[in-house]
Amino acid sequence: MARTMRAAIPDRSADPEVDVSMTVNGEAVSRTVSVRMLLSDFLRHELGLTGTHVGCEHGVCGCCTVLIDGRAGRSCLTLAVQANGYDIRTIESVAAADGTLHPVQQAFKECHGLQCGYCTPGMVMNIVARFEEPGKLDLSDEGIRDLLSGNLCRCTGYLNIIAAVRRAAELLGRA
Amino acid sequence: MSTRQFGARVERNIDPKLLRGEGAFVDDIPLPDALHVAFLRSPHARARIVAIDTSAAKRYPGVAAIYTSDDIGALDVEMPLLIPHPSMKNPKTQRPLARGDVHYVGQTVAMVVAVDRYTAEDAAALIEVEYAPLPLEMDLTKALTDDAPLVHADVPNNLAAHFVQTSGNPDDAFARAEHVTRITVQVDRSTAAPMECRAVAARWDAVSGELTVWDGTQTPISVRGGLASVFELDEDKVRVIAPDVGGGFGQKVLLFYPDELLVPMAAMRLGRPVKYIEDRRENFLGSSQERTQIHTIELAALRTGEVIGLRDFFLHDTGAFIPYGIAVAQVASTSIAGPYRIPNILVEFKAVYTPTVQVTPYRGCGRPQACFAIERAMDQLAEELGLDRFEIRRRNLIEESQFPYAREGLLFADGLKVTLDSGRYGKALAMAAAELGAENFAAEQAKARAEGRYLGLGLACYVEGTGLGPYEGGHVKIHPITGKVYVNTGLSTQGQGHDTVFAQIVADQLGVSPQDVIVVEGDTKAFEWGVATFASRAAVVSGNAIHKTAIIVRNKVIEAAANMLDVDPDQIELRDSAAWVKGSNRFAPLAAIATASNPLRYAFNKAAQAATQFAPASKHDGPPLADGQAPGLEATDYYSPSRSTWAYGVHGAIIEVDPGLCTVKIRKYVCIHDCGNMINPMIVEGQVLGGIAQGIGGALYEHLDYQADGNLANASLMDFLVPYATEIPNVSILHLETPTPLNPLGVKGVGEAGCIAVGAVVASGVEDALRPFGALKFHQVPLSPNMISRALEAVGC
Repeated sequence: MARTMRAAIPDRSADPEVDVSMTVNGEAVSRTVSVRMLLSDFLRHELGLTGTHVGCEHGVCGCCTVLIDGRAGRSCLTLAVQANGYDIRTIESVAAADGTLHPVQQAFKECHGLQCGYCTPGMVMNIVARFEEPGKLDLSDEGIRDLLSGNLCRCTGYLNIIAAVRRAAELLGRA
Repeated sequence: MSTRQFGARVERNIDPKLLRGEGAFVDDIPLPDALHVAFLRSPHARARIVAIDTSAAKRYPGVAAIYTSDDIGALDVEMPLLIPHPSMKNPKTQRPLARGDVHYVGQTVAMVVAVDRYTAEDAAALIEVEYAPLPLEMDLTKALTDDAPLVHADVPNNLAAHFVQTSGNPDDAFARAEHVTRITVQVDRSTAAPMECRAVAARWDAVSGELTVWDGTQTPISVRGGLASVFELDEDKVRVIAPDVGGGFGQKVLLFYPDELLVPMAAMRLGRPVKYIEDRRENFLGSSQERTQIHTIELAALRTGEVIGLRDFFLHDTGAFIPYGIAVAQVASTSIAGPYRIPNILVEFKAVYTPTVQVTPYRGCGRPQACFAIERAMDQLAEELGLDRFEIRRRNLIEESQFPYAREGLLFADGLKVTLDSGRYGKALAMAAAELGAENFAAEQAKARAEGRYLGLGLACYVEGTGLGPYEGGHVKIHPITGKVYVNTGLSTQGQGHDTVFAQIVADQLGVSPQDVIVVEGDTKAFEWGVATFASRAAVVSGNAIHKTAIIVRNKVIEAAANMLDVDPDQIELRDSAAWVKGSNRFAPLAAIATASNPLRYAFNKAAQAATQFAPASKHDGPPLADGQAPGLEATDYYSPSRSTWAYGVHGAIIEVDPGLCTVKIRKYVCIHDCGNMINPMIVEGQVLGGIAQGIGGALYEHLDYQADGNLANASLMDFLVPYATEIPNVSILHLETPTPLNPLGVKGVGEAGCIAVGAVVASGVEDALRPFGALKFHQVPLSPNMISRALEAVGC
């Protein structure tokens, strides 16, 4: 293809911008972003934390689940500006710094609880949030299904994820 | 010897990366300065485009470019017909951007490129399109009538294809029949709904003249060929990478989707990386769907229940275009006799254009429809002849001694004669009966009925032609520095665990651990010969190619090690990443053997010293590499199957129906499954379970709700009901392993197996559960509460 002159391309939209500051995976971050930027896009594209996935952008599939002040939340239904001042944790914070898997992650691996891995970070964050809550875990078939009932998976048929939740409880001494 | 890896439940190599959030899906690839795409899509199913005004959109801040069919030059042509077939007259494929008419809601009309997706969507909303709506017909049967509105003005009766295949002498069989049963069944439209929607990103390097495209496709090599052809680039200047892909299930095997051409075009024209990340709504509107077929099937039987003839006529909805040819209908038509002998078959279909997004394979690819038709017909035949549902199947299953069992006259999707190669069908049926507790079920059912609970037993058998050609390849190389083994093949993976099962195959040949085998696929620069991931073929075709290649490398290792250790080759054994002299402590690590097999000039590390020109072992009596010898320990080989290999299974369930609420609850689900030798039973079970979950979706929930005006009323995951964990019952899977004689590993495919039988099982079970209310018929899936309610009302309940 013949070399052509570089096109004149705008470098920004006309969106109003806003300063946001939050703690992400223990680190303070500040950025100036569009007022309508989703938290999921903020994490993925502003911070490069692409482990948080986006599966539906209408809050149904759970792929984008992160912890917002310790509670599982949908980053696709949250604006970055709404997260201002909050403590956010993403999948990138779950394994140890040397890469050693968290017991929940280890359990997924042992139980073949993932195939394509696209829903997995949201699943793991949701399960981690529940495991961090005090009190007895309901590890019955029904209880685990209820725990997973906000996350879609199209590959596994869920049964190995259910097994992984039980295995994680064992590994964490919560069984 | 090391423990055999083939057959072991090896945990997956890829998992730690995916679990830590370090996967690299298309939208995760960092592309600085990337521009983002949004499409304007047709809101009409049939309309003529009168005018398009992009002026306001072009002025919108942040917009880099807007393209309509007038602006895309040579790309403004109909996209390829991938699988030509003589049964199609005037086959239609779509243009990247609509010109003249639009043919379905969601068809791409204009493309916006802007600084971010938010801005691109704003601008798309500012494009003014004037449409003149046209009449349309959504009903498949009515669409064939003479006065039906046309999807394409030059295709009469909306007839896309018409095909008849015959095996044996069906007329004679029906003349001899002592009983004929006839049934009409329907499977409705569904969609794969992979968790990652489709995605394409492209970067054009004007300095090197190279186009790099990241595409969540199941077929990167074909995409590369197509792009090279469309853009008139040397194939070597086009690199297509399918990185981590979040599920495909067939939807991502189609090429081209409009974005797959337009995104690279925009990247080349604008000199900036360009990304298109399909959103969920677009996945519902613009990415391929499948399933709608209406079968009228007749079985010619003897009073014993033996089926001697089958006639099936079906309508297949192909959507507004037919880019993948008749593949789905052809697979359905050639799978129609299931695992039964039925020696005389007539199967005829008409593929019909409807003003909806195109139909191309979705996991199962016509098999669930064929299974639903034959299995529902077998149930009806059993009832009419007063036979047990297990018994009628037992009397018709192909027996072990009858393999290979050919269906003369039926050509499968690979163009080769349908020949079921091996199996223990009767044993699988017996195992299902035992696992379901079929013998005692009548008593259990009666007891439940006495308590006001309605239990039913559902049953279905299926077959799956797998491992289609034409071929795949494998490249295996032992790295001289690390001693790790690198493996390449031309497939891409969407979660099936290729990297682990292929590693297991290689590990056994080379005496290494599967964790030391690194599989790279989905990149045309890594391996550029091959076809695609589809039709449950990866383990069969690439698996055997890699197996053959690993044996070549094994022999090279043994020969080189025998030289190094100065023993006969038959004294060498490979284990623990080294070659050992049997019964001794003498060994050479694979890394050292690989290094020594590569004559060196420079000693870049300690190991390399042994291969340099003045090292003791170096040759001084001729060229360091003999004529015809290649450096290193590597090989490439290919496997081309002689024909497809047929897996099979039997599914059954105990189902409870609440006649008040009209709900269906699966109390127990049993799957007996045989895919030949299993490379990794854990992964096989994962494939089967995932398939069953999709099958349950298709049996009970997943129904694309097209309105009479062609609009899809449930284009979201809120309204299109993909099962959550709460909808999936516990499943017991029992394996049979009957190796196929057709390939060295004895393996058959498994990818689609799980989903095939579920619809038939559920309908069968619901009928059985509701028998106290009369002979209610359930001949359509998904089987909704409304259908149960209507059936009960019809008998006055």
